[in-house]
Amino acid sequence: MALTSSLDPYVDRDSPVHALDARVKLLLTLALVLALALIPAGRWSAMIAIAALLWWAVLRSAVGPGLILRRAFIAAPFALAALTLVVTRPGAPLLRLPLGPLTLTVTDAGLVAFASVILKTWLSVQAALLLMATSRFTEVLGALRSLGLPAVLVAMLGFAYRYLFVLVDEAERLLRARDSRAAALPGRRAGGPIAWRAGVLEGMVGTLFVRAYERSERIHAAMLSRSYTGEFRSFPPRSLTTSEQGLLIAGAALLAAIVWLAYWR
Amino acid sequence: MKATPVSRTIEAQSHSSPIGTLPPPLLELRDLRYVYPDGTTALRGVSLRLAEGEKVAVVGLNGAGKSTLLLHLNGVLRSTSGAVLVEGAPVSNATVRRIRARVGMVFQDPDDQLFSPTVFEDVAFGPLHMGLAEAEIRSRVSRALEQVGMSGFERRMPHHLSPGQRKRVAIATVLAMDPVLLALDEPSAGLDPRARRSLIALLRALPQAMLVATHDLPMVAEAFPRVVVLSEGLVAYDGPSAALLADTALLEQYGLC
Repeated sequence: MALTSSLDPYVDRDSPVHALDARVKLLLTLALVLALALIPAGRWSAMIAIAALLWWAVLRSAVGPGLILRRAFIAAPFALAALTLVVTRPGAPLLRLPLGPLTLTVTDAGLVAFASVILKTWLSVQAALLLMATSRFTEVLGALRSLGLPAVLVAMLGFAYRYLFVLVDEAERLLRARDSRAAALPGRRAGGPIAWRAGVLEGMVGTLFVRAYERSERIHAAMLSRSYTGEFRSFPPRSLTTSEQGLLIAGAALLAAIVWLAYWR
Repeated sequence: MKATPVSRTIEAQSHSSPIGTLPPPLLELRDLRYVYPDGTTALRGVSLRLAEGEKVAVVGLNGAGKSTLLLHLNGVLRSTSGAVLVEGAPVSNATVRRIRARVGMVFQDPDDQLFSPTVFEDVAFGPLHMGLAEAEIRSRVSRALEQVGMSGFERRMPHHLSPGQRKRVAIATVLAMDPVLLALDEPSAGLDPRARRSLIALLRALPQAMLVATHDLPMVAEAFPRVVVLSEGLVAYDGPSAALLADTALLEQYGLC
């Protein structure tokens, strides 16, 4: 099944992190990502301090550090976009790579910047994974709603989550139907050129889109039938307890202090 | 035919005004016609009356207008001419919101009906958008889920339920709105025999009046004393199910066997 559901087995576990209100977790996650982004490149001690905070939470979460650390590499390909920093950031040259008429110069400042981006990305994704592995998706949606994200956007995320799986199933059925008819006769070349195959796939994507579009109309009718008039409603959120507020303030203050130290050390 | 339940007549009387005039029927369709925007005529003048608590099946070939008819009951589609009256009130822009709380529409595909990330949110959707208070919504949700035998599934994702469970939750989503009439589109389609059996038991047990579009004649025989045959947008037969189901010539004429 799809990627998002692979964290589902973990959200039902029992731990202090699971029990924490999703709003607190969401805010702390966002604060941690922001703090990481604000730390200047090469301030390793500050990044390690944040990593220590994060891993302390991971260890208390009953999710397993291995899972979080491994899954966090999923964003690594995106971080590779920062590879150009290695040769573009001015600094002391370490290595010259002749590339035809061009010469790429690897600098020390460039390497430090690149390593910082990789580390920051890895830690940020870990924080996000911890949030999603310890909270139900709907709790995160509720947290987003109570933090002021417009109801329409929250509803769209909810629909995306609900129908992602339906669409994946539908796509699988289409692929199976294609494969069932992708037969070959002995002694004959089966299939067509790549352009023809692409055309078949194109038709399938189109079919999927049309089906999704028709489904959206039926869903809308189902919503209208249940008193929907264009305005999404949700239960008013309960207010945070004093200890939750305390945790939020303490966490934010700690992160702010780390960032401050990283700048003014 | 297993006779009209006595309780229905008592109910009907209790609703009549002190002067003694007859109450309007629960549902009345008057010469309903509907032409789709693309010019296809779906309904050519359907007239029908339903009393409180009456369970009626609508049968007919694909394209006979069954689903189109159902979509008129709560104003999702509006008739080209003719009228739909629910508890005496015609479906119009002024009444449609109130009528949607009275007529519970259950669509054929539970994946269309269940659009929320969790079962609880889906069952709560109707009451929430009717503007009820939180405590009332929560009690309605647990009552509706209990009625369909799905208590304890509140936090599950609809996607992780079996087709039979999804169908039950889909029915709960409208029961939570406290309707007097249920309109179900092919409720037994796609269910395995056991899920179908328990669905039929559920439909028989629910006290609401029902108008159910279906191809499942054995289910009609069990749960619906009255049947309406739609043929090319017209009512071809309206009467006791037992009489229709025993008449092979008639069934063949309508293409039902």
